[in-house]
Amino acid sequence: MVAKRELRLGQVEAFEVLEPGILTTVQDLGRYGFSQFGVPPSGALDTFSFRVGNLLVGNQEEEACLEITVMGLKLKVLREVVIAITGGELFPTLNGESLEMWRTHLLVEGDVITFKRLRSGCRAYLALSGGLIVSKIMGSRSTYLSGRFGGLEGRALKRGDILYMLDRPPSLKKLGFRFPGDWIPSFKKEVMLRVIPGPQDHHFTEKGFQTFSSSAYQITPQCDRMGVRLEGPKIERRPDVEESIISEGLISGAIQVPGDGKPIIILTELVTGGYTKIATVISTDLTKVAQLKPGDQVRFEPISIENAHLLLKEQEQRLKEFRAIIEQR
Amino acid sequence: MALYPETIFRLMGDRGLLLELGDEIGSEVNEKVRRMTLAIQAESIEGIVEIVPTYRSLLILYNSLILSFVDLKKRLERIEKGLQQTPFPEPKLTQIPALYGGSYGPDLEEVAKYHQISPEEVIQLHCSKPYFIYMIGFMPGFPYMGELPEALITSRLKTPRLSVPAGSVAIAQRQTGIYPMESPGGWQIIGRTPVKLFNPEREPPALLQMGNLVQFFPISEKEFKEWHK
Repeated sequence: MVAKRELRLGQVEAFEVLEPGILTTVQDLGRYGFSQFGVPPSGALDTFSFRVGNLLVGNQEEEACLEITVMGLKLKVLREVVIAITGGELFPTLNGESLEMWRTHLLVEGDVITFKRLRSGCRAYLALSGGLIVSKIMGSRSTYLSGRFGGLEGRALKRGDILYMLDRPPSLKKLGFRFPGDWIPSFKKEVMLRVIPGPQDHHFTEKGFQTFSSSAYQITPQCDRMGVRLEGPKIERRPDVEESIISEGLISGAIQVPGDGKPIIILTELVTGGYTKIATVISTDLTKVAQLKPGDQVRFEPISIENAHLLLKEQEQRLKEFRAIIEQR
Repeated sequence: MALYPETIFRLMGDRGLLLELGDEIGSEVNEKVRRMTLAIQAESIEGIVEIVPTYRSLLILYNSLILSFVDLKKRLERIEKGLQQTPFPEPKLTQIPALYGGSYGPDLEEVAKYHQISPEEVIQLHCSKPYFIYMIGFMPGFPYMGELPEALITSRLKTPRLSVPAGSVAIAQRQTGIYPMESPGGWQIIGRTPVKLFNPEREPPALLQMGNLVQFFPISEKEFKEWHK
């Protein structure tokens, strides 16, 4: 069944889904406070690109957007709307013409946006002025795919779905507005991820940790919103520890090493797990993890928690400056 | 040694702090996990985004832009010192009906054979005592419960099933659990409950909560089918 419903007061139809693409979901910044009931956060994987998209179109940074994976999404515009596309380069077009990313555009009824093919990264975000409107579940509009709730009926978009937005005239002041070019992250095929060792780095031998921090790992096709499985040199465990631990909480970026010694980077749809975690990717580098795809390559660089917090501060300072620029207009 | 004399703080990246309170699955450690969780929640500390309580640890998610790591650690240490004063709720017992065996519990026969007892004895043993809910995890509403009677301790399946139906009642090692929704799974399935364990629209969304008790009782196929009528 496609999602079509009665219009609610204050909401209008924004898009019709002509083609859903490989995987397109509604996401916001996640569902927090429910992990004691076994509910993981979900939410946008590349939160930096997501937040910039919302800021560009004049939204609060947590409004719901579309997360578009790899390619194929085709949308028909049903009314005048201001949008911005950020994140990975999936070659977006407007009525067949290339559409510039990281800036706002005014679209009119009948326009067609297509995400044609992958150029770099893996996931793009489409933000629209006023935000996408779906029911909030446990305080969030994020789709939790394996839990089958949140977002649009707990699933990926389908052909024929109608997406709604707030009935609010688009803010034309923001048109043609760009995110500063030198602040746009570039998504490469070879990526260095900064990590903080632990919580179970002590389960590995010195040689094992050396292998982890000095080797290149390939992204396998087993990569989705739950995690990214890597292929590469086996990480040696201490002989006196067990392969699994008593189940404990998980967060995005945690790097599990199961029995086969090959790391898995955990993403946002898992809440607990019983594998040892050698290290955790720092907050600011989760953007890079979100943009990994099969065939890409990663390396890991251990840093201190103090440095990680400094990097986060710098990123937030940048976003704050950008917010200030936007508000001045 | 179950409960550590001193809690171990471990880093989970730059926004996660893991408090490890002990090294085994047991009621003493788990009770302290719950006491700590309640005490931290009661202080509603600005900058704490989430608490994930599990068997023997708590994962605290925090925002370092609001709450520094040093301050967070200090506050947690202070909370731990004052822990005894926190009011602590009595465990609540929930009766859970289960239809055992057949297509509802495809592993019942194997479990019985393995322990050289009859399927009826497996059912009787599984229903013989209330189980303590150590944590909810793995998927929304999934209760990890124990301890199973000695005579029912069974290892996981060698090859996990790709799909386990919602409501499946399962055992693995010393634990028993219930799959609230369809999912892949490696536990031995001995029955199924018609009770809905998780509903995202309900408040709270999970029927069962950590620290409470569950007692199973057997029902017939007819009762199972008519449960929601």
